[in-house]
Amino acid sequence: MNIIVCVKRVPDSESRIVLGGDGRSIDTQGIKYVLNPYDEYAVEEALRLKEGAGAGSVTVMTLGGEESKETLRTALAMGADQAVLLKGHPSSDGLGTAEKLAAAIKEREYDVVLFGKQAIDDDNLQVPAMVAELLQLPCATVVVAVKIDGNKVTAEREVEGGHEIVEFELPGVIAAQKGLNEPRYPSLKGIMAAKKKPLEEVDVGDAEERLDFIELMNPPERAAGEIVGEGPDAVPELVRRLREKAKAL
Amino acid sequence: MASFAGVDYYDTDSLLSEEERAVRDTIRAWVDERLLPVISRCYAEHRFPSELIPQMAEFGVFGANMPEKYGCAELNNVAYGLIMQELERGDSGIRSFASVQSSLVMYPILEFGSEGQRMHWLPKLAKAEVVGCYGLTEPDYGSDPGGLTTRAVKDGNEWVISGTKMWITNGSIADIAIIWAKTGALDDPGSIRGFVVETDRDGYVAKDQEGKLSLLASDTSEISLQEVRVPSENLLPGSSGLTSPLMCLNQARYGIAWGAVGAAMACYEEALSYAKNRVQFDRVIAGYQIQQIRLVEMLTEITKAQLLAIQLGRLKDRGELRHTQVSMAKRNNVNVACEVAREARRLLGANGILLEYQSMRHMANLESVYTYEGTHDIHGLIVGEEITGISALR
Repeated sequence: MNIIVCVKRVPDSESRIVLGGDGRSIDTQGIKYVLNPYDEYAVEEALRLKEGAGAGSVTVMTLGGEESKETLRTALAMGADQAVLLKGHPSSDGLGTAEKLAAAIKEREYDVVLFGKQAIDDDNLQVPAMVAELLQLPCATVVVAVKIDGNKVTAEREVEGGHEIVEFELPGVIAAQKGLNEPRYPSLKGIMAAKKKPLEEVDVGDAEERLDFIELMNPPERAAGEIVGEGPDAVPELVRRLREKAKAL
Repeated sequence: MASFAGVDYYDTDSLLSEEERAVRDTIRAWVDERLLPVISRCYAEHRFPSELIPQMAEFGVFGANMPEKYGCAELNNVAYGLIMQELERGDSGIRSFASVQSSLVMYPILEFGSEGQRMHWLPKLAKAEVVGCYGLTEPDYGSDPGGLTTRAVKDGNEWVISGTKMWITNGSIADIAIIWAKTGALDDPGSIRGFVVETDRDGYVAKDQEGKLSLLASDTSEISLQEVRVPSENLLPGSSGLTSPLMCLNQARYGIAWGAVGAAMACYEEALSYAKNRVQFDRVIAGYQIQQIRLVEMLTEITKAQLLAIQLGRLKDRGELRHTQVSMAKRNNVNVACEVAREARRLLGANGILLEYQSMRHMANLESVYTYEGTHDIHGLIVGEEITGISALR
């Protein structure tokens, strides 16, 4: 089974985001970047699918700059076989990025293309479905379980208030949701081996930008909490406020 | 639990390679996700979390800086140090386990063992299928190990070993012990040799050390050897004199110099976060001069200790490290960690005495770390002898 996993380098969710001087970008100083957490589920699933099939290879791919090599090597350290860096700047909306990825995927042999369901930086949730559309492939997003039997894929999707089961024929696109698996830690040997695994670089140019950033804003400061009392005596008042003011009950 | 973002005031990250950072971040995440959630309970129950051993082995923590052909990850010494740093950020007891397995059990087999012994033991120790302990210290010979009274007497094709070893980390859970014994006269430290002793042999008894107030999530034992017979091939052929066990300690001390930085970082981070949230007299205590200075002192000492550790590792990787430099780093960094832990505990006020917070656990642990693998004072005298040319001990 040949699997392509598309990944993205994103700021660690623990990083404190500071707006840049132009008000349209973030200050990258002091930000730690990581492999997008949803992509970790995708990489893990790819490794499991390959291990289950007993043959094949896992290729991780990203669109980005030189610095994205570190992200690719994280996936290689987990166990992916090779990496492809599409050198170019991703677009702010999904389509430009999806076009670059789809063009590169088209030229390769694959049975499944895996993604994380979203990147935690821009939270667009667009690219997996767009790549599937551009490649005319079936696509299951927000997937929490996958079974592949021969050519038939059964995927369990998380939907509002429940789950749904979908089936499709390979090749296809799967976008991973949290809960799909528990991503493995890279082993120390894996980290050392990652440097020696093939990492192909292809100049693809910047993705077409269809959105203009006008302004970035911090979320409004949260107002201080209110202490309604202490101990069991405070419970009725707390319940009343949760019901009437916060409308949480 | 929020993941640890690191303490790095001087951008020491830029002194590390991508692989070194990846190794550190992997162990760091594991400590956050797997060790920290269970460590307080283990500490309260006086229990070493042995259920974590297989995961550490799967990473390749044990003997991580040793050759691949023995099943090890062959990392450089800086990466190895960073592993120790992160483990001790969790708890000194966990780092102690890893230090003993790697530096005090695998290292002597690598350094003084035959190729047969290496091929037999090292892969099993790396996978932690076999757990080891290290028997040098005795009830009456701590800082002066050359006086040890454990004897090994040749009897045909066997060695017969008798004696008592004390303060043995992993002593009760170990499958093998590296035992140092005199094969000649008791006043001849040159006759000290190392032996691999399987702990299921007749006459080997390990007894848990009762009443500890430090390293509670670690196994510490007294070992008694009563005419324990081992085949002659259990002798480590390359071991010779007191220098051999001291070489092992030097490896372990190297890891401790890094580990202490981890414990100090944990305490500093806890103190900083507490100070920014704890309100007294209508404002957070981080706004008061006394706490700011306290935090700055902590951070300054941690930063110096980090730089010391990194340069120590670079020297070791270049093969230029002197054991006296390891002594200086062990002495300084553990002392820094002790002070930082104590100050953090104080900053936390009454909460600081609770197990729910980390600082007092580290503070108590670090008193052992200050003492073992060469006490603070002895390391001072090792450096003192080098710079003056005069031994203060003899």
